[in-house]
Parts: sequence; C-alpha cells; structure tokens
Amino acid sequence: MDGKTKLELQMTATKIRKGIITAVASAGSGHPGGSLSGADIMTYLYFKELRVDPKNPKDPNRDRFVLSKGHCTPGLYSTLAYRGFFPVEDLTEFRQVDSYLEGHPNMDKVPGVDMSTGSLGQGISAAVGMALAGKLDSKEYRVFSLLGDGELEEGQVWEAAMAAAHYKLDNLTAFVDYNGLQIDGNITDVMNPEPIADKFRAFGWNVIDINAHDFDEIEKGIEGAKAVKGKPTAIIAHSVKGKGVSFMENDPSWHGSAPKKEQAEQAIAELDAYLAALS
Amino acid sequence: MSQKIATRTAYGAALAEIGGNPNIVVLDADLSKSTKTDTFKKKYPERHINVGIAESNMMSIAAGLAACGKTVFASTFAIFASGRAYDQVRNSIGYPHLNVKIGATHAGITVGEDGASHQALEDIALMRAIPGMTVISPADAVSTGALVKLAAEMVGPVYLRLGRLDVPVLYEENTKFEIGKGLTIKDGKNITLIATGFMVQQALEAAERLKAEGISARVIDLHTIKPIDTEIIVKAARETGAIITCEEHNIMGGLGSAVSEVVVRNAPVPMDFVGVEDQFGKSGKPQDLIVKYGLTPEKIVEKAKALLKRKK
Repeated sequence: MDGKTKLELQMTATKIRKGIITAVASAGSGHPGGSLSGADIMTYLYFKELRVDPKNPKDPNRDRFVLSKGHCTPGLYSTLAYRGFFPVEDLTEFRQVDSYLEGHPNMDKVPGVDMSTGSLGQGISAAVGMALAGKLDSKEYRVFSLLGDGELEEGQVWEAAMAAAHYKLDNLTAFVDYNGLQIDGNITDVMNPEPIADKFRAFGWNVIDINAHDFDEIEKGIEGAKAVKGKPTAIIAHSVKGKGVSFMENDPSWHGSAPKKEQAEQAIAELDAYLAALS
Repeated sequence: MSQKIATRTAYGAALAEIGGNPNIVVLDADLSKSTKTDTFKKKYPERHINVGIAESNMMSIAAGLAACGKTVFASTFAIFASGRAYDQVRNSIGYPHLNVKIGATHAGITVGEDGASHQALEDIALMRAIPGMTVISPADAVSTGALVKLAAEMVGPVYLRLGRLDVPVLYEENTKFEIGKGLTIKDGKNITLIATGFMVQQALEAAERLKAEGISARVIDLHTIKPIDTEIIVKAARETGAIITCEEHNIMGGLGSAVSEVVVRNAPVPMDFVGVEDQFGKSGKPQDLIVKYGLTPEKIVEKAKALLKRKK
C-alpha cells in the first residue's frame, strides 16, 4: 500500500473513531470498546475494499458486510456516515427514540446496513446465507463479516463455520476482532475460546493472522482470502479494545458504557491531536 | 372415508410444483424425508440446501438468502422451528421482515410415538407473538397446496404449521383460499366451532353429532391464525352467540386466545376452548393420543352443550 493511501485511511479511521465517541457520548450508552477495536477493519472495508454505492445501497451486485457483533453499531454507523450513506451529524441522534440509528443494526432503517443483527452468532450465519445466494446466482460479490472474539462462545458460530466450509464458500471472509476482552473480563477467564485459529482450521477454513490496526496487514489478509479457492477465510485480527483512546484501551469496563462529558472531550482531544500529527 | 394425505406431503408436493421459479430455495436440517422437502430436492437438487442438524443456523442462513432476494422455505419439525430456533426466527427473520417461509412439520400431538419432546403444542403462541409473522395452519392437503403457493407469492415471513398424520381431504380441488380469510364450511345458527389444522375435521364431525341432537353448529376453518379474520369471527359471534375453538395446541396462546382477543374487543359472547389443557404430550399412537388429550368430536360436543347453557 502506498504511503498516501495509508495516510488517508489512518485519517479516515481517526475521524470514524471521533464519530464513535460522539455517538456513544450523545446517547449516554452504547459500545465504544469493540467499536474502536474494529474501526480500522471497517475503515479499510468501506474505503478500500467493498464495492458499495451510497447512492444505491441496495444494489443486488454489491459486496456485503454483516456486523455479527451487532452491538458495535457506533463503529458501523460512523463508518457508513463518513462513507456517505447518511449525514455524519445524525450520529448525535444514536439510540434516541425518534432516530433511525437503532442500538443494534436494522437493515430496514439504516442505509448501508446489509443485515439486522444483535443476537450474537446469528450474523455469521446470515453471511453464510448471503454467500450461498452469491454462489447460486453465480454473482461476483463477496461477503464480509466481523465477529467478536467473545462471540465465538456462541455455538451458532461453529454451526455457521461448519456450513461455510461444507459449501466451500470462498466468497465469505470472517474477521475475528481478537481484542481478548468481553463484558465480564478476559475471554480466557470467562469462557476460553482458544485456540481460535486452530478451531477455524479444524472446521475447514483458511486462516490468516493479522494486526487489526495495520492497514498493510488488513490488506494482506483480504488479498490472502481472495486468493484461496474452495474455502472460506477467517482473518484473526489481533486488536486492542478501545484502540485510539488512552483510557479506554484494554479496559473491559468500556465494552458497553459511555464516556461522561469530560471523558468524551478528552477522547476527542486525543483523537484530534493524532489527526493533527498525521496531517 | 375419503382419501387421506398428510399436510406435510402436500407441502412437499406444492414446493415441487412451484419449484420452477428459480428464485425459490429450500433449506432443510437433515429431515428432508420427513418434512417431504425431498420431493422438491428430486426435481431441483441445486436449490435444496441441507444445513445438517443445525436448525438455529438454518433460520439465520435463510435470512441471509432472503436478504439477497431469495424466496426461502426453511423446513424442520415445528418443535425445533419454533422452539430451538425461536431467537433466530424472531431476530434474523421476523425483525427485518425477511421473505422466509418456515415449513414446520410434525406439529402437535399427532406426531405420535416420538412423544412430548417432539410434539409442538406452543408454536402458534410463539409465532403469532412475533410482529409481522403470518401464521398458517391448514386442515388438509388441498388447502395446504393452495396456501403454500399463496405464501410463496406474498412477501414477508410465514409460519406454516403442518402435520405428520395422514388426514382426510376436506376440500375440492380448485377451492379458493385467501391468506387471512377463514372459510365457513358448514353454516349453523346456535353455536360456532372455529377450528384450525387437523381439528377442522373433528369439528365437522362434532357438528354432525350436534345436528342429530337438534343443535345447529356453524364450522369455520380458520387456516390463517395471523393476520386473523376479524370479520368472520365477529359475524359468527353476533349470529350464533357462542363460540368454541378447536386446536391441536395448548389452549394458552393459540387459536383460542387469538379468537378470544377478537371476540372480547368486538362482540363478547360465551366461549370455550378445546385443545391440550396446559400439559406436555406423550408417546402413543396418534389416535390414542387424540382421545387421551380430548381432541375428539365427543369432547367438542360435550363442551358445546355445556356452553349453550351459558348462552343468553
């Protein structure tokens, strides 16, 4: 990836992180930790990879993205807003009674959302269905999904994994946002899903390990997934929960709680400083 | 006795009949020989997808296919479709109002020998509580065929409640059916028997017995439980003044509850309910279970006569 492209992605991701803080702080609730850890992946997908058109969000030939960890709507909405699917200003209406920006994704209300999710484990199965539809119709589109590492504790994820390998869905790529934390603490303490890569391999998937905050590595993962035929790919994306906001990093208490006004201002100031340093 | 065909068999035949539409995809969870989707599979193997023994996964996969424009029929036993996969049906299919038709076979106690774990007696209650879900419970093979085709033509989620047991064919071929519209299949003026599924034949038999005792009973086949046919129910309440519902389901939450909701709001009249009295089923021959759980014409007659005493 050339330096200019990477710099642009870094700047976009930082703006998206600001949007995450704005949305969650405005709502007074929501999920900043996992939104921040997945922000670079979503940035890369929507600004570099996905063939999507904000003016024609239901194009049947578009690539699809399913946020299987549906609680990370601040990340998805901020990304979609900066990509032009709806006004960035609407992020301040997140989770409000008159807003279309539901706490969890709603495909009927939010332009650019490809699947309604929220109950963990279901999104990856829906992504399998979309990939099957693509194969049935001989369409070129690709399906991407983002799962939480805690989400891997849901049995349905492995039902979906089995089905995706069985039907040789090489048009399906699942990112695991491997930040190591879930609401109640460290994933290995709560209910150990390790070894994650070995599990996906055993289920018949191609597996690629990447750093979730390095755009070269995200690109390498996606290009690696595209190169493999006859298998779905799991990209195990090693990430930092709360990435980009110092006091949120690696702290599970930010999984599902909103910053207070002063905390939000500090977070925005940190992100602004980073943005200034980039430019 | 007329010809007997299970509604699941009619379902499989209907799928094979409409399967020429390349947009239709059928999913099954290792039960295609029982749900009869194998009839479709023989003609259109490329559009029959077996997901293995993973009903929850199947419902969310169905949602993904429907989100890409497919008309999906997802089949398994009613107990798994409505119970095990309830959250997937609610959140993956119901909430986004996706075009998935749930072909739920082996509903009710007439499953027989497999026993309580396999006898869905609460599925109508669960499914009709999901906003936007259409709930259909056909009485015979002819109505099943017609309603499956109508379900395929409409957009949105549908729960099709089907049976394992061979049941009499009640309707002439070419009878007109409409989703959301019940059928008065026998007129009467003293009382109305509103039945669904296999209980329609029991209600017809009960009406004959009541007639012998000088009681004129109207019989309505309410094949669609949601959206409910308010008009036919209110008319029956006003014209006959008493209603008995008949269903192969727990008396809580099913047809009886759905009809009551209409009656109390629009035309309150005395009612009673024939169904399974808030208990699990058990193993046994279907005919023995029908008697044990009181899903008989005799029980309907008994309750009808008692109800008439309460009628003003």
